[in-house]
Amino acid sequence: MNSLNVYLTIGAALFSIGLLGVLQRRNLIGMLIAVELMLNGANVNFMAFNRFLAPDPTVGQIITLFVMGLAAAEAAIGLSIILALFRRLHSINIERAQQLRG
Amino acid sequence: MNPFATETLAQMAFWVVVGLTFAGASIAVFPRNILYNVLGLALALAGVAGLYLYLGSFFIALMQLLIYVGAITISIVFAIMLSRPLHLEVPRRELPKVAMGLGASVVFFAGAVGVFSTTHWVPAADRGMDWSIAAIGHMLLTKYDLVFEVISLVLLVAIIGAIVTAGFTRRLSS
Repeated sequence: MNSLNVYLTIGAALFSIGLLGVLQRRNLIGMLIAVELMLNGANVNFMAFNRFLAPDPTVGQIITLFVMGLAAAEAAIGLSIILALFRRLHSINIERAQQLRG
Repeated sequence: MNPFATETLAQMAFWVVVGLTFAGASIAVFPRNILYNVLGLALALAGVAGLYLYLGSFFIALMQLLIYVGAITISIVFAIMLSRPLHLEVPRRELPKVAMGLGASVVFFAGAVGVFSTTHWVPAADRGMDWSIAAIGHMLLTKYDLVFEVISLVLLVAIIGAIVTAGFTRRLSS
């Protein structure tokens, strides 16, 4: 019912809001949340192309499932890194994490 | 109810879902309290699940609710509760940096909209109409078998890596 461009605009807007969050926040958990928003923008694009253009409607759904699985893995790793960094620096401001030396 | 009224109602519900998604996305990015950000993220992800319903896939909408809203948001909340005073610090960003970030994302949005609105999209010649979950399961176990297994391996490595990363530093710092 709605055209392809409506969904593509929604996906691009979600991605842009996520990009703004990654560039603007200095809080590590805030940046992780913004990355999740960007992944969702890309997923909306996949599902829209799947609905309107793709030859086989299962392919886009499978790609979206894979992106969700990777996002779950990324969230687990990212949150454990944030916990480790917080224990070491007592801060989750990313500008404090400047030294590579242990 | 006549079909025209149903169509109008569905259209109105669609824009309500889109509004909820963007309201959640704004709450997820702009407030300075991290707990509001997580709640906004949950709202935005639920809105995206509604968009998936409009895109014709009930299964993916349920998976979105289960994996994103159910698992990822809860794990972020859990990490916030584990590490203590997160709401204390994070100084305000200077205005030039915020303006540069805003400019970059606006440039990206304008570029993306420009590209896909000038492209002439052509649908595939013969489009399959099989939207059932059985078809997805069949494809996952035949054509996309390798990718499926690799995703499971990636998840396993991520779980072990998360345990090692969070566990080792505790031993080192205590």
